[in-house]
Formats: sequence, C-alpha cells, structure tokens
Amino acid sequence: MSELLIKDISMRFDLPNGGHVQALKNVTLDIKSGELMSVLGPSGCGKTTLLNIVAGFLAPTEGQIMLEDEVVHGPGPERGMVFQQGALFEWMSVRDNVSFGPDMKGMSRAESKENVEHLLDVVGLQDFKEKAVYELSGGMQQRVALARCLANDPDVILMDEPLGALDALTREKMQSLVLDLWKDTGKTIILITHSVEEALLLGERLLVMAPRPGRVHKEYRLPFADMGVGNDLREVKKDPEYAPTREEILEMIWNMEEEIMGRTEESA
Amino acid sequence: MTGLLVLALYVGAFFGSFYLARIVFKSAFEKKGFNKLKTVTFGDESAITANRVASVVSVITVFWLWVAFTNSAIPLPKFPGPFSGDMSFTYTAQLEDGTSDDATVTMRVYREDIQQTLDAEGNPGREPDAPEVEPGEGFAKNDGLTVARYSFKVINVWSNDEVSKRDGSTVVAINGQPVAPGDKIKVPEGTIGLTDKGTPTFEPAVGLRMARLYLPAPEVVFQRFIWLNQEGYQGYTLLEHTWYSLKRVVLGFLIGAVVGVPIGYAMGLTGWARGWFDPIVEFMRPIPPLALIPLIIIWFGIGEVGKVVLLFLAALWIMIIAARSGVSGVAISKVHAAYSLGASKWQILSKVIVPNSLPDIFTGARVAMGVCWGTVVAAELVAANVGLGKMIVTASKFQLTDIIIVGIIIIGIIGFAIEVGMRALENWLIPWKGKV
Repeated sequence: MSELLIKDISMRFDLPNGGHVQALKNVTLDIKSGELMSVLGPSGCGKTTLLNIVAGFLAPTEGQIMLEDEVVHGPGPERGMVFQQGALFEWMSVRDNVSFGPDMKGMSRAESKENVEHLLDVVGLQDFKEKAVYELSGGMQQRVALARCLANDPDVILMDEPLGALDALTREKMQSLVLDLWKDTGKTIILITHSVEEALLLGERLLVMAPRPGRVHKEYRLPFADMGVGNDLREVKKDPEYAPTREEILEMIWNMEEEIMGRTEESA
Repeated sequence: MTGLLVLALYVGAFFGSFYLARIVFKSAFEKKGFNKLKTVTFGDESAITANRVASVVSVITVFWLWVAFTNSAIPLPKFPGPFSGDMSFTYTAQLEDGTSDDATVTMRVYREDIQQTLDAEGNPGREPDAPEVEPGEGFAKNDGLTVARYSFKVINVWSNDEVSKRDGSTVVAINGQPVAPGDKIKVPEGTIGLTDKGTPTFEPAVGLRMARLYLPAPEVVFQRFIWLNQEGYQGYTLLEHTWYSLKRVVLGFLIGAVVGVPIGYAMGLTGWARGWFDPIVEFMRPIPPLALIPLIIIWFGIGEVGKVVLLFLAALWIMIIAARSGVSGVAISKVHAAYSLGASKWQILSKVIVPNSLPDIFTGARVAMGVCWGTVVAAELVAANVGLGKMIVTASKFQLTDIIIVGIIIIGIIGFAIEVGMRALENWLIPWKGKV
C-alpha cells in the first residue's frame, strides 16, 4: 500500500538580516492510500511549503517524508504535481503535453497511445488534442494538467490550488471532475486550496493549518466528498451538516487572520 | 537657410497632405473591422493602424524633395536652379589720364557635371568653347569666357586690352554703375564683383538646387545603380559587394550564436559557468564592436577572417545574454512539473528550457543581426577589399556621391529585409510567443 508518512517535519527559512521564519513546526501526518485530503489555512501557514516538501522540491530542516517506506529525497514521477496555472508546455500540443511523462520514461508513442487517448477522453479533450495549449481556456488547460499528471500513473497527486484561477462555474465543474477522477483511479490526493467550500467538498479529510509557526490546527473527517462522487455538488451543499461545518471553519480561519493582523499592528 | 526651407516644406507636406487626403481618400480614414465600433481610439494604441495613404505620400514627399532640390530631369515642380547659358556685362576701364572705354564680357555658364553626361552617341560631354566675340573699338577689348555652374571666375579683362592693369588701366564701373575694389553687383544671372585688387569676378547664380557633387538627382543615382550592376566598381559588381557584406554578417552571426547560446545556457544553469563568464561578458558587452576594429586589423589584417571575427564578437555577447535571460525566464512551475513527470536533467534542458527560451533567443538574434549589419559596413569603411562599406568609402574619395547614395540605399533595404525576415521566422517558429 502506498502510504504517505509526513514525519515530524519542521522548516526554518533563514532571513538575510539574521532572523528566521518558522514556516512549519513538527508537522506529522499519516495519509492512507486512496485518501483525498484538502489543506486549508490563512496565507503564511506553510501549506505550499508542506506540499513542496512532499513533492521533493524542498528538503525539510527536520523530519522526513516517506512514501511506501522509502525516504523522499527529491522530485519523482511517483508523486505527480498539478499547479495553479502556467505549468503546461506551450510549445507542445495538448496530446504531447499529456504524453510528456511516458515520453520521458522512454515509452514509445505506440505504447502510451491507449492510455493517453483514454485520459483525453476522461477529461473531455479528445476533440482538442491537436490544439496548442495556449489556444485553450483556463479550465481546459487545467484539464490538460490533470491528464498529464495521471498519464504518469503516480501514487500520490499533489495539487497546489489547481482551480484557484478559474471562474466560479468552471471551478464547480472541475471540482466534480477531480472527485470523479479520485474515485475512478483511487489515487491519494493532497489538495491545497484557499476556498473553504472547495476544501469541504473535495476533502474526505480536511486539514486546517495555522500560521507562525506553520502547524496543523485541526483535522476533520467529512462525508461530503463521498456524497459528491457522481452527484451534483449543489445537492451536497444542501446537506444539513454542510453549512454549520463551513461556518465553523470560516470562523476559525477568520480568527486566525484577525490574530495575524493584530500581531502585525502591535509590532508596527 | 535651405535646410530650414526643406524642414518647412516637409512639415507643410505632412499637414497639407493630411487635410487634402481626408477629402480625396475618405475611405482610408475610416476605422476598419472591430475598431469601427470603438468610440475611444485616442489613447487606445491597439486601435491605431498605419494609414497607407500617409505612407505613400510620405515616400513621394521625400522623393519629390529630392527632385526639387537637384538638377533632375524628372518633370516635377522644382526650385529655381542655377543659371546656365550665356550672359554679358560691360565694364568701364579708365586710364591714369582720365580717358575711359567700355567693353563687354560674355560669360558662357555650362553644367558643372558636363563630363559625366553622355550625348546621344554615348560620348562623354566636353567643356564648351568660349563664346566668340568681336574685339570692339577702343583700348578695352571685349572678352569671351566660360565658367561652370556653382563655380567662380576671376576675369583678367586686360588680357586682350591695349593697356594692361600694370600700365594703369583700372575698372571703375560695371554695367555703367561705378564700383570700387571689393564691391559686388547682383544681376539676375549671378554676382559680378571686383576683387580687393580691382579685378572683375563673376559667380553664376546657384538658385536653390544642389550640385551633383552634393546631391545627385534620382535618375543619376538610378543610372549609377544600373552601371554598378553591369560594370561594377573597384573590380566587383554591386551584387558581389552586397554578397560579400552579407556573407560576413551571416557567418559571424552564426558562429556567435553557436558559441554564445550554449555559454548563455551554461550561465543560467551552473554557478561555475556564471562566475566564470560573468566578468568577461560584463566587461566586453559595453565595448562597441567598432572600437575593436583597430585591434582586429592588427591581428587578422583586413581580409575575411578579421571581418568574421569582429562580427562574431559583435553577436557573441548579445546571444549569451539572450540565452541566459531565456533560461531565467522559464517559470519554475514548468521545471517542477517536468521533474515531477520524471524528466532527467538532460530532458529538462532539451524539452523545457530550450523551447521556453526560444523567444528570448530570437529577440537577441534580431538585435544581433541588426548590430552585425551595422558593424560590417563600418568595418568595411575602415578597411576592406570588397563590400558595400568599401564601395562607399572608395567612392567618397573620388567624390562619386551617386555611388555613395546607391550604397546607402542598398544597406537600408538589406537591413530592413533582415528585420522582416527574422520576424517572419519568429512567427513561424514560435507561434506561442506573447500568448502565454
């Protein structure tokens, strides 16, 4: 089983003026295979830093990441990334973007064709596969990013605000797509978001992080992701538990933001 | 003064043709396509398209000014030209004993470029003979002389007189008007005067047109263009001169790009390479290639190798900096994404960094080609056996202004063609530029 262990991670950035920022402090998480975990928190809580450490782009000052009992030392194809925007390769067609991972492994186009075509079908871009990615809308570009990530068949998918730049309608459609892909592929997904709604709808497990130092503040287990699979997300929002949970989390983050503001005002 | 007149005419043509064209070519002033629906265009640069009527009139204006200020045969309105033909004036010579006598001087003013013109049989023109005149009565005799346009003649009127200047004959009046040494008299055909020593002079009127030596007429330049293609200059035809210059540019630029781009990549990718090349690049970059010409000539002589080395150096730093900024322009998320998709370092370079840096490299290449083209002409001006610059500088030593102008026009056209060609290549190779 591809269990992802985040073991006692601390991250300290030294500043040029001699001070330092404690971006993360003693973060420990055990993410089961096939779990969809959303991470929420005010800006500066270290959620993107945490994701970059899991992806292997940053080495933590303390602690380690283990995937299937192997310590993570750098980026690798078993941990796929989906970025907010601008991470597609403009000089390639949609199809070439999707088959980038298999190409890098040295797979021939004939070998990867079936999988690539299937993924293009899944994300609904079969008719656009010959197009250049800069000709697509923002939502379509994120579909390409999802397909490109899945083409590599990673164990874990790390999403850094993948839907953050999309308009509300496109965003809702993409949320359904993410849920469906999660259910169909059974991948472990860690999704970072700024949107409380998105975190609630997509997070089977929801992590609220707090800043200064960045740490896990509270964890939830939520039923909404399972409800949402194959269903209209607007129906899910009518669930009697949905609104109170949303209010609770909003309140929590609101207070954290207030606290940050207060502290900066004091120091100022 | 003439310069101010040219400026005034040019400004006048700009506004005048605008008001005229607005009446005559109404359709050229209508907004096209979607711009038709825009109510705000002043300040919206994207709504501005070049008015082609203006472009045509602009070129015609420059051409007309060229014709108007030269002795061109093209039938367009021209400014008053220099006087040409025969004119005469009388002078009154007086002896020490008070007796005086009038005589006539007939001046034949001929084209200053008569030797460069050809008659119907293709023979070059010759200076005309002096007008034949009757000697006339009295001790002062009539004179007949020639003078070229734009020129000046001191007339020794006593050469055929019975009493010479040394024997006490002085000129006291011209056309009946008393004159003293140093005076000048304006007549429609020019200026008659006396030198400080009292000798009559004649300067034909020049009008507002320029002599062939300063600005040859368009048709003269065109004939020279044909001649340069057929006969050649300094042993090479115009095409060969152009070809040599172009070959040097392309060769120097290509070597510069082939060496510079990998160095630029290395500087963007490894700290050692950046540290190693940074001082060299930063030192060499501000040195204009022209400043290197003397050293290049000392090292490599005036042949092809020196030229190519100079252009290589002109292109090298530009291409290094372009490639380096191309690497720094790669969004880190693209690199991260590629690593997460299992790309190796080599694959990151070839599949992500190289294509992503192409727009920057192309911008650099365009700049480098422009600089190389300017540098090659300058280098040839200093020393070369063949090339457009060499053609121009040699022509200037023989005052062949028409060849200089042909050369300048060819240099301009080729520089423009290089820019247009590079842009077309860019649009074809990098369709995603500016769309991300």
